[in-house]
Amino acid sequence: MKLILSAGRVIDPANKLNDILDILIEDGKIKKIGKGIKDKDAEVISVKGKVVAPGLIDMHVHLREPGFEYKETIATGVRAAVKGGFTSVACMPNTEPVMDNTAVVELVISKGKKENLANVYPIASVSKYAKGEEISDIGMLIKSGAVALSDDAAPVMNAEVMRRAFEYTKQFKVPIITHCEDKNMTVDGVMNESFISTVLGLRGMASVAESIMVYRNIALANYIGAPVHIAHVSCKESVDIIRWAKKQGINVTAETAPHYFCLTDEAVKNYETNTKMNPPLRTAEDVAALKAGLKDDTIDCIASDHAPHGRTDKELEFNYAAFGIVGLETMLSLTLTELVNKKVLTIDKAIEKLSLSPAKALRLDRGTLTIGAVADITVIETGKEYSIDVSKFESKSKNSPFNGRDVKGEAFMTIVGGNIKMKEGKIL
Amino acid sequence: MELKRKHLIGLEDSTPQEIEGILNTAEAFKSIFNRKIKKVPALRGRTVVNLFFENSTRTRTSFELAAKRLSADVINFSVSTSSVAKGETLIDTARTIESLESDMIVVRHSCSGVPLLLSKTLKSSIINAGDGMHEHPTQGLLDLFTIREKKKKIKGLKIVMVGDIAHSRVARSNIYGMTKMGADLTLVAPPTLIPKDIEKLGVKVEFDLRKAAKDADVLYMLRIQLERQKRNLFPSIREFSLLYGMDEDKLKLANKDALVMHPGPMNRGVEISSEVADSPQSVINEQVTNGIAVRMAVLYLLSGGETNEIDSFGGQGN
Repeated sequence: MKLILSAGRVIDPANKLNDILDILIEDGKIKKIGKGIKDKDAEVISVKGKVVAPGLIDMHVHLREPGFEYKETIATGVRAAVKGGFTSVACMPNTEPVMDNTAVVELVISKGKKENLANVYPIASVSKYAKGEEISDIGMLIKSGAVALSDDAAPVMNAEVMRRAFEYTKQFKVPIITHCEDKNMTVDGVMNESFISTVLGLRGMASVAESIMVYRNIALANYIGAPVHIAHVSCKESVDIIRWAKKQGINVTAETAPHYFCLTDEAVKNYETNTKMNPPLRTAEDVAALKAGLKDDTIDCIASDHAPHGRTDKELEFNYAAFGIVGLETMLSLTLTELVNKKVLTIDKAIEKLSLSPAKALRLDRGTLTIGAVADITVIETGKEYSIDVSKFESKSKNSPFNGRDVKGEAFMTIVGGNIKMKEGKIL
Repeated sequence: MELKRKHLIGLEDSTPQEIEGILNTAEAFKSIFNRKIKKVPALRGRTVVNLFFENSTRTRTSFELAAKRLSADVINFSVSTSSVAKGETLIDTARTIESLESDMIVVRHSCSGVPLLLSKTLKSSIINAGDGMHEHPTQGLLDLFTIREKKKKIKGLKIVMVGDIAHSRVARSNIYGMTKMGADLTLVAPPTLIPKDIEKLGVKVEFDLRKAAKDADVLYMLRIQLERQKRNLFPSIREFSLLYGMDEDKLKLANKDALVMHPGPMNRGVEISSEVADSPQSVINEQVTNGIAVRMAVLYLLSGGETNEIDSFGGQGN
């Protein structure tokens, strides 16, 4: 099967490409890129006026299966992914049972393959039962298909355990993705510690509880000489520490999520539980620091931390509501609207942070349109204006604080392995 | 005076005129207390539900009595939070209550934001009787009423509020009420019990009670929850009471006619010594009595009542 995407603006950061070009896809691979490509056997789709990018990769999602299928399943999660323009997702291990064993890794991979939509890459738990006490069977987990290890949602408090995790994992050349939070400092916390938490009478989680662990994990990884990836950076101090670490040549990558550069803790003011996430929404100063960090490449990646929750988890007292929001179907639009259209990032840079950089962080052979690469492609309609409507989400859960928000720019088509999986909002 | 609002969630968004109006209305109701029959027919046929998710005999009794003196039908509905965690959600419980055809729901909950959530979900008027660490507006109002009654004014008074500001809904409502009414308010506590950026609310912060107490017109002592010590917010009860407890010695630093206030229940010998609590300067028991008048005023005004009609009620309620 051959397919030509004709006359789109092809942007491929890996090859510093930004030009009006045709792409020929053959046997699931990028066969040719150039002007005026002709092939009488190929189906031709005109993508004139649209951006053709490497398939987007969301390196931080929660697919909830096994264990919490009422929130999301792998099937609904990958539908949400391709709808949002994502050809690959990497899913976190806080399932039930925890993804600390090869059985769950294999289950996630096989369910992902069966759906045959977005690629699903499991991230296994760095510790057994996500307890932070003993390291899990890291070698076996990687052999069974895990692309990284993480302590997301259950951060490892014991520095000795974390040191050994970095040390042991080093041999496999995969990163440990760390959720940076000193849990002793955030007991019962439900939002950022700030003037707003004072006024609302909600228990705060100070940004320093994040930044000290960012430093600890970078220091440990540096000492060991192992790669570390900092998940969902939310505050200025963390950005400053990562910037410093990169200047020292330390092997660190980092991500932030759209809600951290789109919203501040002011959004919590009506006790809206869809503004409750961990780390929490911070202040305007933090948002400015995150944008600066994205601009100067201190923050390499944008990831959604897609965290679906059912109505029964969110329609509660603020203190009792679950942390997290869905993001797969809003991330691209929010990034284009808040960062590209407002000139924080060029569209080339935004695409890099949504494709090439996460591929590099996870050591995946994707995120580029290089000839011979797997044809994972996202076509973006940058001029499309619309209001976010959670009722149209493919995700099982609708917990988004962005419902009703006006945005500009949307995924037009998602191609995975040369096959069109989504076109104009329809999943194929 | 007519109150143009349906709910009383907090004093944060109230105006000085509204507060003044509520206090004047409470004054009119308080004058009824001296009559033989203390009941008026102002809310006859209306149903007031006391929906308490947190134990509180005092506040619930005060609201109950206030509603009864207005001739409303009163239902007390207590829900223990533990059973909520297991079974029915907050919203379902509240909808069940409203299905009993309530007109006003007085709600107390250990979680901040619950009254606001209910006001968006239900048709009844919602009155916040204390939500988490957020607000306790009728406590703030009854404290203002007591100060105004004793001092004949609030504006320009030097008020010192002492204790666990961080976790106190009483403190927050009083901060809004007192500053809106023009008082000069200083908060005193160890730095661990001062919440972030509280100065932005127009108050001063002082760590030395002796310094702050000088020339004070009102000394407002907050209840300290003893379990805060377990979280290292202060080192020991002994040290707390030595530095932040009101005793005769520190009281002498204030103006001679300074009022001593406390929202109750008191920890005698911790935040307040027995000598001070029982001194002639203490108005702690009057605060409780005034609470009834203020809550009558709030229930009455939120149900659409007007202040100038109160005198016409006479003392013939049933």
